[in-house]
Amino acid sequence: MQKSLNIDPGKCTGCLQCEMACSYEHTGTFNPSRSYIKVFTFHYEGRFAPYTCTQCDEAWCQRACPVDAISVDMMTGAKVISDDKCVGCKVCTIACPFGTVNYSQATGKVVKCDLCGGDPQCAAACPTDAITYVDADWTGYDKMMASASKSLPSAEVTA
Amino acid sequence: MSWTRKILRVNLTKGSCTSEALNMDWAKEYLGQRGLASKYLTEEVDPKCDPLSAENKMIMATGPLTGTMASTAGRYSVITKGPLTGAIACSNSGGYFGAELKFAGWDMIIFEGKSDKPVYLNIQDDKAELCDGSHIWGKSAWETDDILHATYQDPQMRIACIGRTAEAGCLYAGVINDKHRAAGRSGVGTVMASKNLKAVTVRGTQGIGNIDNADSFFESTDAGKAVLAENAVTGQGLPAFGTQVLMNVINGVGGLPAHNMRDVGFAGAENISAEAMAEPRKSDGKPNLTTNAACFGCTIACGRISTIDKTHFSVKDKPQYHGASGGLEYEAAWALGADTGIDDLDALTYVNFLCNEDGFDPITFGSTVAAAMEMFEDGAITTEDTGGIELKFGSVEAFVAVTELLVTGEGFGKDLGLGSKRLCEKYGRPELSMTVKGQEFPAYDPRGIQGIGLNYATSNRGACHLRGYTIASEILGIPVKTEQTDTDGKPELVKAFQDATAVVDSAGLCIFTTFAWGMDNIAPQIDAACEGDWSVDNCLEVGERIWNMERLFNQAAGFTANDDKLHKRLLEEAIKSGPTEGQVNRLGEMLPKYYEIRGWSPEGEPTAETRQRLSL
Repeated sequence: MQKSLNIDPGKCTGCLQCEMACSYEHTGTFNPSRSYIKVFTFHYEGRFAPYTCTQCDEAWCQRACPVDAISVDMMTGAKVISDDKCVGCKVCTIACPFGTVNYSQATGKVVKCDLCGGDPQCAAACPTDAITYVDADWTGYDKMMASASKSLPSAEVTA
Repeated sequence: MSWTRKILRVNLTKGSCTSEALNMDWAKEYLGQRGLASKYLTEEVDPKCDPLSAENKMIMATGPLTGTMASTAGRYSVITKGPLTGAIACSNSGGYFGAELKFAGWDMIIFEGKSDKPVYLNIQDDKAELCDGSHIWGKSAWETDDILHATYQDPQMRIACIGRTAEAGCLYAGVINDKHRAAGRSGVGTVMASKNLKAVTVRGTQGIGNIDNADSFFESTDAGKAVLAENAVTGQGLPAFGTQVLMNVINGVGGLPAHNMRDVGFAGAENISAEAMAEPRKSDGKPNLTTNAACFGCTIACGRISTIDKTHFSVKDKPQYHGASGGLEYEAAWALGADTGIDDLDALTYVNFLCNEDGFDPITFGSTVAAAMEMFEDGAITTEDTGGIELKFGSVEAFVAVTELLVTGEGFGKDLGLGSKRLCEKYGRPELSMTVKGQEFPAYDPRGIQGIGLNYATSNRGACHLRGYTIASEILGIPVKTEQTDTDGKPELVKAFQDATAVVDSAGLCIFTTFAWGMDNIAPQIDAACEGDWSVDNCLEVGERIWNMERLFNQAAGFTANDDKLHKRLLEEAIKSGPTEGQVNRLGEMLPKYYEIRGWSPEGEPTAETRQRLSL
């Protein structure tokens, strides 16, 4: 079964546990500046939004890479950067419509979410289930159920 | 380790920034943040100095856990000699600034001297420089934050700064970080203004990678997070209702002071409670509360993010207040509301926004206005003094008007910026200032709740609930219930809470964790992250050492047992009605015992034996 990260911004409190977990997994340091997932704060609206790579099936980054440095992890479906091949040209960062592939000054390579090999640490660290790792076919399940509950004649719904 | 082992020393007189090694011998005795920075302060600053002179220093300090994945580990403190009290001041703040300072590679910044022109400090990892701040002097904390973010084009930069209130000389101005978190009490922002230091901007990309024992660190922090999630207060009450969950609770048990502490019990409490914040309002169908929010690393997320009713008179023509920002916490709602007799939730939220926007302490401000209201009522203050404002208890319009005056120190706002002690002295009614060591009481009446009165009287930074939150035990039964109107066992309770709190602060954690965590949850997290012995026993000894060190600083500054007292109103004027009717605080039954178990003389001075035991 392929799984996907599923993000519900409404549940995010802005604690940045995900950024710390991600950076620790990939760099061995608690270092949000090197996290592949970012939480954005919209102060005036009182909203928080975690954001990272959605692992496109036909990935723009992969197509754009001139040195074939981006491959598919066959176990997870993640698009993974090979540091050995990446030359730091940044073309993938231009190709990605979502901005979730980024250049790292620290390594001279691009970096992006690799789903931690199938055990994404951001989801494990999130205290509010704003980030979960779920069956890829059912990322809309919670929203669908919430919406379905509104279609019931009575309000007595238990999830 | 977890300490970066580096201190940034900024000499504002010379304009220099230098790096020096952290004194690790002191780190092992004082842990970090509050404890360690207070150690530096006591070593480097004359306790008798004028707090607003170049002689005083101001330290921004993180703890060894700050910036790690331990829950709530994002806190920093501002430590200095406070201008409101003349005592040692340590104001603690959350948000993201503290962790960013750590990621830039610094355990603390020591500011000394005084700049001859407005400056701000810009830190980019190892690089630190003082920059001309003339263009941001005179701006609010919100404007300053926006201008500096625009200057550096870096949304990830974190900023701590002062607003106009500090510049105007208000004695209880705070340091605001991330726009709505505050090192709020005791006037630490006033000290920053006196040094002509407007802001500190920081960007850190180095991270923290030197956890002493990573396996046991994750084991103990994961266990700690599970305890917080399963606890009713930290797992449910605080995220849903914030600290405002207390408004109706404390009012219900006869512990909510009102009208400058003349009364206990406030009829309008429900209207300004957490429950009221969740009620949809008529104008747009939205509640006051937009969402809860976390500070860095916090898995509790008690923060309130609120909006004001756009049709409310206070903000009707002011679109800059129509967005969401930091909303009412319990202490602010009490001081701004119950103590002034005001139950208008939107007005209180607006005043709270102004506290954030320009950086001043809502507890001291609300209590100072309440004292002014009582003096206005009996004629000691008149409309001639207030510039025509009818400053009556419960008057929303008057309250909003004087708050706007306070921000820039105009007219009667200048007087209110003195704090209640100096204000009441100025108008000839010193007995109406509800303070200990010159700092105003928070939101728990020491007549109805005995132990908190002893904690207020002995708190090293003046009246404060955050030095020993015995409410946890006396009202909420955490970790064990003690009878709120009993004095038996309270000296022991107060000492235990005060010492433990010093540890929590000094680690870089939030005190709200202690609704669920005991020292047996906390010590293992410190022990795993830091080299050295951080057993429960050693942690508590460090806490006791910190408490006594602060006490000795105050003693050298001129404080005596005579300053460990409560107001006559609280000792002699019994509560008139409600569940705690007839109660006064019985400080005299508790204080001698407290001195004894602290190892202090009957005059309240740590004995030679105690100092030796604690290596002081």
